[in-house]
Amino acid sequence: MIDLFGRLEWQELKLLEFFHDPSIDTAVASGAAWMTVVAAIAVIAWITWARRWAWLWNDWLTSVDHKKIGIMYMVIGFVMMARGVFEGVVMRAHQTTALDGGVLSNEHWAELFSTHGTVMIFFVAMPFITGFMNYLIPLQIGARDMAFPVLNQISLGLTATGAALTMISLVVGAFETGGWTAYPPFTGADFDPGPGPDYWVWAIALSGFGSMFSGLNFAVTIYKMRAPGMHFLRMPVFTWTALCTSILLVFALPPLTVACLMQALDRLAGFHFFTNDLGGNMMNYANLFWMFGHPEVYILVLPAYGIFSELTSMFAAKRLYGYTSLVIATMSISVISFCVWLHHFFTMGNSATINAAFGIATGIIAIPTGVKVYVWMATLWGGRIRFTAPMVYMTGFFILFVIGGLSGIILANPAINWQVHNTQFIVAHFHNVLLPGLIFGIFAGVHIWFPKAFGFRLDERAGKITAWLWIVGFCFTFLPLYFLGLMGYPRRSAAFDNPEFLPYMIVCMLGALMLMAAFAGLFVTLWVSIRKRDELAVPLGDPWDGRTLEWATSAPPPPWNFAMIPHIGERDAFAREKADGRPYVTPEYYEDVHLPPNTSAGLIAMVATTAFGFAMTWWIWWLAVASVLGFILWYVVHSFREHPEVTIPAVEVERHHAAWVEAATLNEGVTRDDETNSRNRGRAATDMVVAS
Amino acid sequence: MSDQQTNMHPGLNLGYVGGGKHEESKVFGFWVFLMSDLVTFGLVFAIFGTMRNATAGGPGAHEVTELRSIAIQTGLLLLSSFAFSWASLAMKYEAGRWRFLIWFSVAATSGLGFLIFELLDFHHLIEIGAVPQRSGYLSAFWSLVGLHGLHVAGGLLWIGVLTLQILKFGLTDTIKSRITRLGLYWHFLDIVWIGIFSLVFLAGVA
Amino acid sequence: MAQVDGFLVPFGPVAEAQRTELIWTTAITMIAILPVLVGTPLILWWFRRGNTKATYRPQWHFDTKLEILMWGGPTLIIIALSIWLTQAVFRLDPYREIDAEMAQGMNFEITGAPVAIEVVGLDWKWLFIYPEEGIASVGEMVIPVGRPATMRLTTDTVMQSFMAPGLAGQIYTMAGMVTRLQMIAERPGTTVGENTQYNGTGFPAQRAPVRAVPPEDYARWLDNARDAPALDAETYAVLAHSGDVAKAREDLDRPGDGPLVFSLADPRLFDRIVARYRRGEPVEPEAQPGSPLYRPDRAPLPEVSR
Ligand code: HEM
Ligand SMILES: [Cu+2]
Repeated sequence: MIDLFGRLEWQELKLLEFFHDPSIDTAVASGAAWMTVVAAIAVIAWITWARRWAWLWNDWLTSVDHKKIGIMYMVIGFVMMARGVFEGVVMRAHQTTALDGGVLSNEHWAELFSTHGTVMIFFVAMPFITGFMNYLIPLQIGARDMAFPVLNQISLGLTATGAALTMISLVVGAFETGGWTAYPPFTGADFDPGPGPDYWVWAIALSGFGSMFSGLNFAVTIYKMRAPGMHFLRMPVFTWTALCTSILLVFALPPLTVACLMQALDRLAGFHFFTNDLGGNMMNYANLFWMFGHPEVYILVLPAYGIFSELTSMFAAKRLYGYTSLVIATMSISVISFCVWLHHFFTMGNSATINAAFGIATGIIAIPTGVKVYVWMATLWGGRIRFTAPMVYMTGFFILFVIGGLSGIILANPAINWQVHNTQFIVAHFHNVLLPGLIFGIFAGVHIWFPKAFGFRLDERAGKITAWLWIVGFCFTFLPLYFLGLMGYPRRSAAFDNPEFLPYMIVCMLGALMLMAAFAGLFVTLWVSIRKRDELAVPLGDPWDGRTLEWATSAPPPPWNFAMIPHIGERDAFAREKADGRPYVTPEYYEDVHLPPNTSAGLIAMVATTAFGFAMTWWIWWLAVASVLGFILWYVVHSFREHPEVTIPAVEVERHHAAWVEAATLNEGVTRDDETNSRNRGRAATDMVVAS
Repeated sequence: MSDQQTNMHPGLNLGYVGGGKHEESKVFGFWVFLMSDLVTFGLVFAIFGTMRNATAGGPGAHEVTELRSIAIQTGLLLLSSFAFSWASLAMKYEAGRWRFLIWFSVAATSGLGFLIFELLDFHHLIEIGAVPQRSGYLSAFWSLVGLHGLHVAGGLLWIGVLTLQILKFGLTDTIKSRITRLGLYWHFLDIVWIGIFSLVFLAGVA
Repeated sequence: MAQVDGFLVPFGPVAEAQRTELIWTTAITMIAILPVLVGTPLILWWFRRGNTKATYRPQWHFDTKLEILMWGGPTLIIIALSIWLTQAVFRLDPYREIDAEMAQGMNFEITGAPVAIEVVGLDWKWLFIYPEEGIASVGEMVIPVGRPATMRLTTDTVMQSFMAPGLAGQIYTMAGMVTRLQMIAERPGTTVGENTQYNGTGFPAQRAPVRAVPPEDYARWLDNARDAPALDAETYAVLAHSGDVAKAREDLDRPGDGPLVFSLADPRLFDRIVARYRRGEPVEPEAQPGSPLYRPDRAPLPEVSR
């Protein structure tokens, strides 16, 4: 008889844990499981009650529109971030009580830092940047869609698979406890036979394929689909950073995939890649992981740099200073990022020469990074700066990110690294670059492009308060950790015995509460803005006096983005048009637009891979085989079918475009003084002069 | 054929109505995929390199290398690539779909032959106890050779599906573009095999 | 635990040099950072939209001199830091034994022959073997002031990382492999020999005091240990069971609390532990310390010949 449920047993259901063995610890564990289940049921119930299934299916889940896919990535990111932030706060609460103890069990603590790290990197940060690239790349290069829209949807499906598997691990079984890096042999079968490391392996490997294909898709889109006249050196800086990130994705994901699959072979089939015995060598894992891991940090932060570049010039109302320097800096960062991975294990007993070489290489990366910060400062110089919510984030970024850079330089020196590696210093460092660098960039970007995506601005006051909460909360939560690290407190440690640490912990706890409030602030902002959406509406599409092509279309843009593919004569194309007084023109004639049809490919990929990952985790072999075969079969059948494009007739394109142009022409436009009040309908009376 | 500019694929001989640009993107995208795949193979090669001596007292390169069989496999795979080139030429010069299919099936048969010999080798390895569970070296060996074998198996499936599609639809533009990509893939696997052949087998017993 | 010193309060020259590195690296990097910290608020304030006195230069997008400064400044700083860093890495290389040349270069004194210490990471305690003295200690490391400690390290379970911050930085310990670390204390003091690489639920407990004591105290400590029960392969197998020092005391029937000392029955114990993973046979979960299935009676250590 085949084993229907593999090694899955009823006891694995976390929902019941608390009732078997009531304690604070199991209450937190079971509570999280219940929250997941109840939230899922609530969402399903709401959709049913609101009769939204058809809408959800047709307009979103099966859509191949890059804008919708981008928004769905952001939704995944925010949902997972709720979990990640919550876990962060629970961990801080635990550590505050951790002088010789702590409210949670050590095992649970370990699960928390592991899921928190994994979720934040792979299912928050990655979806955020992928979402932004999805939304913006085609709009910025004047294209109608991605090069491969269906593949794009499948990538989204694979990302969702990874997120789903980590969510399932909350309810069924347990997640891995070896941190987001999951170093063997600790995560090997000998030491942890349980399902945890398997969940990790499959969540990461499967979503990794998705990320690789996203990178491929973006790279081809940028290479092949730019509007006529848009040379590489006329691309907006965000697109440049997206291009570099895409290339990094294509080359940096394979090491992660290889590491994961080798780990899976070790665990499931008794191979000896990373085991203690029979010639296994965990140092290979460390190398593979960080050959991915280091480029990964630049994968994450480069698009955020792109956002900061766009926003400095936008809100300083001037041309970007040092475009070429920025491009060169971005390119060199991408290349060098492949040559520094060893700085994550200066402590593995490498020869002094190797340690020194990688230390120097790491230092070299700091040069272009430093240049970027100076370039942004120069962009602000001589501007007329509007201190809007995105600028608040940018201020926090400037000040805090250089502190993260300083700690990076300190860590790059192996002699110091031997002392602070694996301590709280590292925790402070990477939160310092990830929060102000990446997350602030994303939130600033949300403020800027939300009106483009949904047709109304976000409330400025709520947005600014939230931004300040993030900044102050960050300082409280993470800056003290630098000192704890210098005093030798290891990371991932559930308890401490030095009473001197306690005051620091309390400060961190306060900060974490602020961050929780800040996270809630995002939703308050959204709520307030939705209620005031009529007042905040900017249907004409250019609320910030933008410079690049995405502002040269309505808000939200039509599914075809542009009524006619623009011809580009120089950088900052839309700014030029406005300066020349010829934005919003109607062409002599319109053409039919062809768009790819909806498909359920992404959903099918998601269902099949989730089933596969779950089956491999629980050893349900029949399901594993069935899901792979099923997917291949579906794909083969799919390839036999014709997929006729959807044609939008020229008249419809014309109707939409002409209406928009007319509305824009009738509106006399607002100056920047009225940018944040209800007079701003998305038509900018440009008060900036443009390059000649 | 007024606008030569749109014929971005001299080897493809596509119809010249629209579409050409998009097919070109697909081929370009496939190149990018192959680069990524090459990195994957490169990493497995590197791991194999570091594990070359991790035999843990078990079978080593001499025991796992059956040169005669390896030579046959190499011959078959080269033949397969060669036949594929003829198929591509047949497609380019519109020599008719049957001419194309003959070469195509030669490519498939020799690819299948390669796989059969490889499986026989694997079977032999299991018999002498050279299983991947025995040592780090064997884990790496099986993974590297097996990864290539899996790619070949995937390619064979692809050939099969395309054959059916050709029989059903004929050599349409879409299918020609698919064949081009399959060709890239197939020759790519040959190159990887040359690497395995020389670095794993020849260098192993040298 | 008594006063514990991190590397900000060093009592050995290695950690002291590391602290100096920290201070100088921070200071030099500040040259690049201060302009941002000071300049950003000023720029934001002066060039605010409402300020009519500020000149608005919307077209300004390039300046050669400024570019040279932007690229040149950081480059010079990194060159300086790189030279600095390379010297430090070679000087403080954990594989380089502390000798008279180093003592002269770094201006400290060596007052006796090196002490060989072999460190084995267990779940969740450190075993320190002094092969030349014929003793071993669990949960505490003692070194005499003024004599270099030259250490070989491994683990008999998952990877760990040994660090005694008051004296020197950390190094990983990996099964079947040997890494090295050197340290010397200039004056008496205590730091903590901690594991910094997460290795399971007992991780926070894996902190052994590292004490530097005057030579007389050291000799007394050794004598005391030589009278203690023997550490042979069987005892070791029990010791290797997962658990902190208190649990080891229980398992070995050694009542009391605090660190444990042993006389060393087998001077090759360390090499035999390393050899466990290098003899070409699988280490089954029952024979693998740290595994939930571990059984001391099923985990014999191989013999080694030298
Ligand atoms: C929002 C508030 C956040 C809080 C309160 C928080 C808190 C924490 C805490 C307490 C730890 C464990 C530190 C330790 O090992 O001792 C941790 C680890 C980590 N955090 Fe966060 N964090 C937050 C946000 C983020 C964000 C936004 C990211 C990334 C985008 C992130 C990425 C990570 C990673 C990668 C780890 C390491 C996990 C590991 O050790 O494997 N965190 N965080
Ligand atoms: Cu790195």
